Amino acid sequence: MSNMRISPAPHIQGKQNTRSLMRDVIIALMPALAVSICFFGWGTIIVTLTAILSCVLCEWLIQKFLLKEEPSIKDLSAIVTGLILAFNLPSNLSPLLVVLGSVVAIGVGKMTFGGLGNNPFNPALVGRVFMLISFPVQMTTWPKPTGFFTSIDAVTGATPLAIMKEGLANGMTVQEITAANPDSFSYIQMLFGQIGGSLGEISTLALLIGFGYLLFRKVITWHIPITIFATIFVFAGLLHLADSAHFVDPLFHLLTGGIMLGAIYMATDYVTSPMTKKGMVIFGIGIGVVTIIIRAFGGYPEGISFAILFMNAFVPLINRHMKPKRFGEVKKNG
Amino acid sequence: MIKTFKRGGVHPPENKISAQVAIEVFNTQDTVRIFTSQHLGVPAEPVVTKGDTVKVGQLIAKSSGFISANVHSSVSGTVTSIEAIADHMGFKKTAICIKIEGDEWEESIDRSPDIIREIKHTPEEIIQKITDAGVVGLGGATFPTNVKLSIPPGKKAEALIVNGAECEPYLTSDHRLMLEAGEQILIGMEIIRQALKIDKTYIGIETNKMDAINHLKSFTQWIKHIEIVPLKPRYPQGGEKQLIKAVTGKEVPINGLPIDTGYVVCNVGTVYSVYEAVQKNKPLIDNTVTITGKKLKTQKNYLVRVGTPMSQLIESVGGIPEGTGKIVSGGPMMGKPIANIDGPTLKGSSSILFMTEEESSRGDSSNCIRCAKCVGVCPMGLEPYLLLRLAERKMNDQLEANFVHNCIECGCCLYTCPARLPLVDYIRLGKAEVLKIMRSRK
Ligand code: SF4
Ligand code: SF4
Repeated sequence: MSNMRISPAPHIQGKQNTRSLMRDVIIALMPALAVSICFFGWGTIIVTLTAILSCVLCEWLIQKFLLKEEPSIKDLSAIVTGLILAFNLPSNLSPLLVVLGSVVAIGVGKMTFGGLGNNPFNPALVGRVFMLISFPVQMTTWPKPTGFFTSIDAVTGATPLAIMKEGLANGMTVQEITAANPDSFSYIQMLFGQIGGSLGEISTLALLIGFGYLLFRKVITWHIPITIFATIFVFAGLLHLADSAHFVDPLFHLLTGGIMLGAIYMATDYVTSPMTKKGMVIFGIGIGVVTIIIRAFGGYPEGISFAILFMNAFVPLINRHMKPKRFGEVKKNG
Repeated sequence: MIKTFKRGGVHPPENKISAQVAIEVFNTQDTVRIFTSQHLGVPAEPVVTKGDTVKVGQLIAKSSGFISANVHSSVSGTVTSIEAIADHMGFKKTAICIKIEGDEWEESIDRSPDIIREIKHTPEEIIQKITDAGVVGLGGATFPTNVKLSIPPGKKAEALIVNGAECEPYLTSDHRLMLEAGEQILIGMEIIRQALKIDKTYIGIETNKMDAINHLKSFTQWIKHIEIVPLKPRYPQGGEKQLIKAVTGKEVPINGLPIDTGYVVCNVGTVYSVYEAVQKNKPLIDNTVTITGKKLKTQKNYLVRVGTPMSQLIESVGGIPEGTGKIVSGGPMMGKPIANIDGPTLKGSSSILFMTEEESSRGDSSNCIRCAKCVGVCPMGLEPYLLLRLAERKMNDQLEANFVHNCIECGCCLYTCPARLPLVDYIRLGKAEVLKIMRSRK
């Protein structure tokens, strides 16, 4: 009798724990990784492994020797950061730069704030944006996706977004750019990932399969990704309707660049996204709007990384004001 | 469409292992020890002294104060002492200890198996009989039923909602009662309907108990005023506010009581006790207790006399099974851990649950990963992660501003938290603190 627990209720626990959730995110990223290996071959494998290993090692070293606390790499969150960082890098990036990006992601993005749960910004994005600013050339030179399947028609290494941006800057219309680069603007190829880009962002379909898995396993809810998709669709759609010569159609925006990767896997990062459904919707709308503003009017072809980081900064504010609807709360004015 | 409540909630594995085991009368040996506080509110005042002989059903402690309830002897025999003894949680409370001699009942109690269908009492008489019989809510809170059925001035009862949800895993006593005393429960509902002078009564039952739903539906004579509402299994559907929402779609206003929306909620066990009190003159001296657990070889649903040592019940199923990590009185989501198996059963005891070592281990807690899952499952629309932080820092103003006092202590947050944080443990403390401050302000 004396060895019985007497802790208060509840006396049972659900199945999910931090580790199982992180494991599910890793599983959800596997289809996209497989597609990337198909198209980029060894490059993907080397960059991904380097990023994961350096993230895990970096976290372990910091916890063990700097913070002198029990390392928590068992929770797998460093692997997730490494994977997502790798997904945001070109597959031909030098491993040394990958290590640097990982150290910034974990060291600056995560551990300086006190580790998992305390960081205001998504660590992988901190790493990516640091790299983008420090090594703009290496970060925006993508290899042609040929890889293990060399028979596939080689498409240009530049991303559709970059081609579009450059074309528009040179005074061409959307229609002229599309006609000049038919290979780069096939929506079917975008769906399967046969386009230029960072190693993990290319296949919309594979990323959507992972989204389905995350929803099925109740790792995330639909609110953030779907709000981002809807906002981009509506906002880009309005621009396109207003001036179709200078604003590309909304489907193009959804299928290119890091929208899928960003909306499904980075904006939904638990730590750096809002706590209530209402808050998540506002966060998603913010990301969608900022992304399109950057893409349509800004200097960079891609905008979602900045948009997510930008909205990360508002999360504490959103949490303070977007309270859940309390049970029995009487609606104001009604 | 099968109804349920809308916000939050969880659905743990049901584990209703003892659902098919018929209720069996348990023979208590030697002594019973009956607490004078079997209910929420002021303890009853003993009206017997050491050496008195008592019969089954005899009043031994009298309700004292507005929120209090009578206590009756559950056995016949001699009062050996009135003293403070430890309950199952280890807290000392006054109990009347009675040595069992024979089984002699008060003559006024109708012990025949006949079902009495005719209701021939006025509403006032009904409430009086319920008061006399010491009926309390058997759904967990043990609130005196007569107080609940006496509608405060200015309020009006519109409908009765009976809780047959039994949404806690493992528990099967209400399920068995609906199967084995279905008609009596329906008559009990009719009695309360007449006492409250209302038209409508509902009984909400989760669809994992289809046999009970169908059984009750077969009593066509009674279901004129009664709507049987099948509910989609979901915890905490048996919570008063959640049940009202599930059955009627109405939400009790924040800081309000169920009666503010015109609903009176009673548990099926309570309704059965009302039937016994009014039709059979039988006070609340016994109740159904489920004895269950994954490792237990014989599952039981017992009809147990109040005051029976829990150790006797445990011995009857072969003792504490190997590999038990925790023994719980009540359901696994809201029940109380048993620290002292010699503690006697209470009117409100619903089960003795043997949790395996594995089930009852919470695992180590880590940092909050801000996954928002606790916010998603909170049926009251609170932010448990925030309340935890505020409660740890004893920030009472902030706790109140974030409605900690609305927490129903359902445990959904802690059940779900992937970081295994002690959410409701701390929230409970913060809530107690804030309630104290709020009361002192009045
Ligand atoms: S469920 Fe646990 S880890 Fe998730 S936000 Fe709530 S307290 Fe934090
Ligand atoms: S215990 Fe309280 S805070 Fe936790 S889920 Fe239930 S009502 Fe919400």
